This record gives sequence, C-alpha cells and structure tokens, in this order.
Amino acid sequence: MSDGYRAVIIGTSAGGTAALKVLLPLLPAGYPLPVIVVQHLHPLQNGAGMLQFKYSCYLPLAVAEDKGVIKAGYVFFAPPNYHLLFEDASTFALSVDEKVNFARPSIDVSFKSAVAVFGAGLIGVILTGGNRDGAQGLQCIHARGGLTVVQDPKTAESPYMPRAALERIPADHVLSLNDIGRLLAALPETEINAE
Amino acid sequence: MQENERIEIDLFLEAIFRRYGYDFRHYARASVRRRLERLMMRSGAASIVELIPLVLHDELFAQTAIYEFSITVTEMFRDPDFYSAVRSKVLPYLATYPFMRIWIAGCATGEEVYSLAIILQEEGVYDRTTFFATDFNDQALQQAQDGIYPLNSIRDYTPNYQLAGGRNSFADYYHAGYQSAVMDPGLKAHITFANHNLVTDGVFGEMHLILCRNVLIYFDKELKNRVLHLLHDSLVYGGFLCLGTRESLQFTEVQEAFKPFDIKQRVYQKQNR
Ligand SMILES: C[S@@+](CC[C@H](N)C(=O)[O-])C[C@H]1O[C@@H](n2cnc3c(N)ncnc32)[C@H](O)[C@@H]1O
Repeated sequence: MSDGYRAVIIGTSAGGTAALKVLLPLLPAGYPLPVIVVQHLHPLQNGAGMLQFKYSCYLPLAVAEDKGVIKAGYVFFAPPNYHLLFEDASTFALSVDEKVNFARPSIDVSFKSAVAVFGAGLIGVILTGGNRDGAQGLQCIHARGGLTVVQDPKTAESPYMPRAALERIPADHVLSLNDIGRLLAALPETEINAE
Repeated sequence: MQENERIEIDLFLEAIFRRYGYDFRHYARASVRRRLERLMMRSGAASIVELIPLVLHDELFAQTAIYEFSITVTEMFRDPDFYSAVRSKVLPYLATYPFMRIWIAGCATGEEVYSLAIILQEEGVYDRTTFFATDFNDQALQQAQDGIYPLNSIRDYTPNYQLAGGRNSFADYYHAGYQSAVMDPGLKAHITFANHNLVTDGVFGEMHLILCRNVLIYFDKELKNRVLHLLHDSLVYGGFLCLGTRESLQFTEVQEAFKPFDIKQRVYQKQNR
C-alpha cells in the first residue's frame, strides 16, 4: 500500500517526558527515518524538556527551526509556543497562530500538516496525555493510509489522550511503550525484507 | 493529488494578486494550506477552486481572505530573554548614537512595539528614539495605534515583563478600565504607525535596529531571501536585525552580510563592508 515509510511523528502531553525517556532510547543509531516529537510544554521551557533525553538516546536531538531541514536519524522536537508545520518532506515551517485544543504546538495541527507531505508514508504515534489533542490528526493519518500506533491506555500515565484517539479509529497497533519502541525500531527493516 | 492541490493553491493566490494586488504567491505553503482550510470551512466551499469565484466577485469575502493571511497573534514581552538581551547588550551599543531609528516590521496589533518602548524608557534612551511600526493589515495597525488591550491578557504579560528585567511595576504603563487597559500615551509619543507591505513596498532607510520577528516564518525560502535583502538595505552599518527565536539567517543569501551578535536570541549585526 505505501511505497515505504518516510517519517515518524509522535504526539504526547501529560506524562510525555517520562514516556519519551522509555521510548526514544529504543531507537537504534542511524535510524533511517526522521522522528518528530510534538509535546505540550510550557512556553518558556525552550528545549529544556529535550535535554532530559540527551544522555540516554542514540539519535541526535534537535529543536525544529523554521525552514530547517528534516533529516533521517534525528529526533526533532516542536518548539514551545509555535505550531510545527511541514513545508515539504524535507522542510519544517513554524507558525504562531491561534492555539488549537488549547495547545501550541497542537498535535492535530502537526499531524495534519505532516500527512499532507508524507501521505501514506507517515507513522503516527499517540502516547500518554490528558486531553483530546492528536485524535483528529491520527484519524487523518489513518484515512490517508499511514500507519497508526497508540499507547495502550492501560499502560499510559494519563490514558485520556490514547483513549480519545482509539474512540476515533481502530489503530493498527495498541501497545506498551517498550513494544512501541521495538515496533518502530523494526519497521524500516521489515519493509526492506518484504521488498 | 498533491500536484492538483498545488495547482489549485497557485490559481487562488494568483487570483487575489491580479485582482487586489496582495501578493501571497510566495507565502509558506504549509501555512497557506491551513488558512485555505479555514476559509473553506467558513464559506462552505468544498474545494480550493470554489473559493476563486468568491474572492473575485465578493469584495467583502476577499477582505476576509486577505486578513486571513495576516496572522496577527502576538504578545507583550514574548520571549523575555530576548528583551533582556536588547536591554543589556544591544542598547548599550546603540546608545553611542546621538539618535536612534527603530523599525518594527510586521507589528500586528502593537504589543511588541509597546514592550520595546517600555524597555527604551527604562533605559533612558526613549527620548532620542523614533519608532516606525508597520504592517500590511490596516485593522491590526489601527488597534496598535489605539493601544487598548483586554485587561486579562495584560495581566498575563506581567510575569514576562518582570522576566525581561522590568524595573517598575508593569501596571505603571497602563490605565486599567473595567475590562480593558489603555497603554500610557507617553509610550506612543515617538511611534509612527504606517502601512508597509514587505513583499511589494521598498526600503525603509537608515535604521539602527529592526525587529522582524515571527513574520518571515510565513514566507517561502525565496521570499524570505528577498525580504532579508530589503531589511539589510534598510539598516545602517553596525545596525541590528532581530528575528524570532526559532528563525535564523543560516542558509540564507544574507548570512555573510551579518555577524551573529547574540545567536541564542537571534540578534544579528550588519557588517561593515
Ligand atoms: C505572527 S505576527 C508577528 C507579530 C510580532 N512581530 C510578534 O513577533 O509577536 C505576523 C505579522 O506579520 C504581518 N505580515 C505578514 N505578511 C506581511 C507583509 N507582506 N508585510 C507586512 N507585514 C506582514 C501580519 O500582518 C502579522 O501582523
């Protein structure tokens, strides 16, 4: 169906930092896709959340910049107080327009923008969170034939966001953090084997 | 499918340009796509092409559409560290000039202009400064000129004012009414508000400091370069250009013409040639 996975996008809010601390270190060095994290943070927390993963993660971490290049093998974080958009498959764009779902960055906004450029090659992941942001975005990824992954609400620090996503679509995978890590790590390979 | 969308967007933007002279053809596509979605929702149009006759024949709708591309979301003392850097690093440098000209390009509803004016007053250089605050959105400019803001948002700005090194009480700078706050008219004395479109209007000469924050993010790379040349040409040698905290001159045509002055706060200084 898809002619290859092109990017992973992860949305999370409450409990997100602890969840990412488990998930991100499971991705191997040289990971062949860009990984983009959209996390609700306080506006003044400029990249501070990101530093917490620095020493446990095999992949280089960066805060997305306006018109910055999207590179495979990096983990990019949406900067607080901006919406993170996709100009094309290799270029970020930022916007400071109205909050969506009381959030900026909004996960819905980024997921929808990402699916417009990555199409069926997008892997969307919803982790722990205390609101409904991301559910609609994940539905868009599903509708375009992308792969949808949701943290099993039973295992989530805050199950509300995963549940809201599952109310909208039957995700392709509903898994614990460790299993999501293993799945993401293996996906690009399984695909090469299948070719 | 993606190619069709691109054609539809091109045609829509071309229609606005040919009919009304507003040129959004090189605005960042990611954000244009979102704005068009909102216009479609508002008007009930099922596709982007259906917006074209609306915008051509209904001038009221066209006005709405044009303002839709002007995203005027702004705050006072957004990024307090930036204002601290202006206070402690940029102003001491500029204070050696007998007078100062400052251009705030894309000032939206004016919050940034008043923030900067407050800093300059506190540093004792306001009286030798002339401010030019410009935007292409006349509605926003009028609000900027009025300087009246909802009281609850003004209250939200107070912590940021303090983080920016504020020396007084923020309440000294406005008169609180029932629901709104009127900015101290003294802050306005040296500010000229004017319509200026960065895409179609020319150089705004001999500035010592230009703030163009969170505006170039709405442009594609080509337009961003074009506008950066315009900003560069509007600065005196040694003058400063300030961008938003997530924008940079990296990979742009003017990268060499500036040197980073405070790279974290995205303050650049125009190089002598
Ligand atoms: C998001 S606001 C930024 C406001 C403020 N500078 C800040 O950082 O908070 C972007 C502003 O840029 C203005 N703008 C967009 N395109 C412009 C153009 N071609 N010429 C002048 N202003 C423009 C919009 O009208 C809007 O007011």
